[in-house]
Amino acid sequence: MSEPLLRVRDLCVTFPARRGRPPVRAVEHLSFDIAAGQTLGLVGESGSGKTTAGRAILQLQPPSSGSVRLLGSEIVGMRSAPLRAMRRHMQLVQQNPYSSLHPRMTVARILAEPLAVHRSVPPRQIAERVAELMTLVGMDPSVVHRYPHEFSGGQRQRIVIARALAVNPDFVVCDEPVSALDVRTQAQIVELLQRLQERLRLSYLFIAHDLAIVRAVAHRVAVMYGGRIVELGDAAQVYQTPAHPYTRNLLDAVPLPDPARQRDRLAQPAEEPDFRGHAGRVGPCVFGKDHAATDTPAWHEVSPGHGVSCCFWPPENPARR
Amino acid sequence: MVEPLLSVRNLTATFERHGAPARVVNGISFDIAPGEAVGFVGESGCGKSVTARAILRLAPEGSSIAWGGHILFRGQDLLRLDDAAMTDIRGRHIAMVFQDPMSSLNPVMSVGAQIDDMLIRHAGLSRRAARRRAIELLDLVGIREPASRADDHPHQFSGGMRQRVLIAIAVSCQPALLIADEPTTALDVTVQAQILRLLMRLRRELGMALMLITHDFGVIAGMVERVHVMQHGAIVETGAVDPLFAAPRHAYTRALLAAVPRLDTTAGPA
Repeated sequence: MSEPLLRVRDLCVTFPARRGRPPVRAVEHLSFDIAAGQTLGLVGESGSGKTTAGRAILQLQPPSSGSVRLLGSEIVGMRSAPLRAMRRHMQLVQQNPYSSLHPRMTVARILAEPLAVHRSVPPRQIAERVAELMTLVGMDPSVVHRYPHEFSGGQRQRIVIARALAVNPDFVVCDEPVSALDVRTQAQIVELLQRLQERLRLSYLFIAHDLAIVRAVAHRVAVMYGGRIVELGDAAQVYQTPAHPYTRNLLDAVPLPDPARQRDRLAQPAEEPDFRGHAGRVGPCVFGKDHAATDTPAWHEVSPGHGVSCCFWPPENPARR
Repeated sequence: MVEPLLSVRNLTATFERHGAPARVVNGISFDIAPGEAVGFVGESGCGKSVTARAILRLAPEGSSIAWGGHILFRGQDLLRLDDAAMTDIRGRHIAMVFQDPMSSLNPVMSVGAQIDDMLIRHAGLSRRAARRRAIELLDLVGIREPASRADDHPHQFSGGMRQRVLIAIAVSCQPALLIADEPTTALDVTVQAQILRLLMRLRRELGMALMLITHDFGVIAGMVERVHVMQHGAIVETGAVDPLFAAPRHAYTRALLAAVPRLDTTAGPA
């Protein structure tokens, strides 16, 4: 079997001890594959390590151990010159379209920069390629001489996406690409990302804190909690038969546009488990069990392609939920 | 018919920008009954936040804004009150919770002291009584070990906990109306659900009216009795929450509802 486009194995990121505080294990033993043209949704709350994971895969944050193979090449520990060449294949779309565009550069310059850096088109063709990119993300090429502040949040995010696609990447990390936007703009950007994926056969790592937005885009879903993937499976498996209590917790929290159901859910006293203090292996899991004292839970297969990391699996009382 | 607590009539808001006036709220009217929960839904720039702030006569920083129309609160027109009387209304009778819990708290004051200030100023409590009440309020909004946490500063709290502190400040003087402007937008979904539950519980326990402002129909669904949909500074659709979700009449309402991401679709990627 041929290797997937991206293969991540046992990726760890540990931030060193600081001012007497112990080292922070931000990401622990992450392993997954992403095939060409596919999306993995990576979902977790603030501080779960999902952004650090995305940055470590792109080598923007040096991993402390583990392996990341992109297009068959190991990129962890790669020397800077070949790594720079690899960056053409992997790009990043960040959350905040207000801070990720240089305020004093025109859109034309913003989009031309990666083209010049990677010499992906001859200088004479840069303007042509910039216009092409604008059209690709559904914007009018005649506005390229404007500055970022002249655009709405949704338009800015389109420009950020155009910049990421300038060098024809194979793999894009989308880190909360729509979290800062209104719901209707969110839906438009998600649709754009899907259209681009089909057309350019892109692979995405789609990072979000919300399972609902991932539902529409992800082929596979990984749920991250305390620096680890606690559940991984095909989208249908994770949404229809969630195995980890934290996944169920995330699903229960999604606000539904259905007044009667939403009133019922809010009326339930369900005080969520307290997740504070959970950092890596230190502190209790959702059941209040401290894995540091015992060991981390084993990886159980729920069904082919669907796994869960929970020492309470299989549940004694499957009627729960 | 119950006398409305708040009655807004033909409200307009006009910004002065580079000498050119821009009207962002275009003559809207609505009522909020005592204890009623009302939602305002719309996208950035639709005028929903400006409407909310008009009720407290808060202008965005560094801007000059002119209001027109009437905002009747228990019969008195807030737009025509003098500043001293308005200061008395703010916080004491009408309170507000904003989206960003970090920038709405004073970073160099303990959270307890920030609640004390409200109680000393508006409820006329002594410093000692205010602290006792502040600790009760922190407990009320679900902060554990409230007595010791009262001495902590905002940066020692998570985003969700900060929002709880802000809610504690807002409800400290038992206002008749709580305005919450995108109170959960910056938070994780699990924390969002907790904050929504907290607002529901406080509304019930304190008998407050609630004006909830959001761009997300999912957030509004279980929280309010009536919904106003705003677009371009106008209310384009108004209705009781269940019929409005079941059969939206305005095309804009339908578009907003259709954009809410759902879990129940089978329509994943191809």
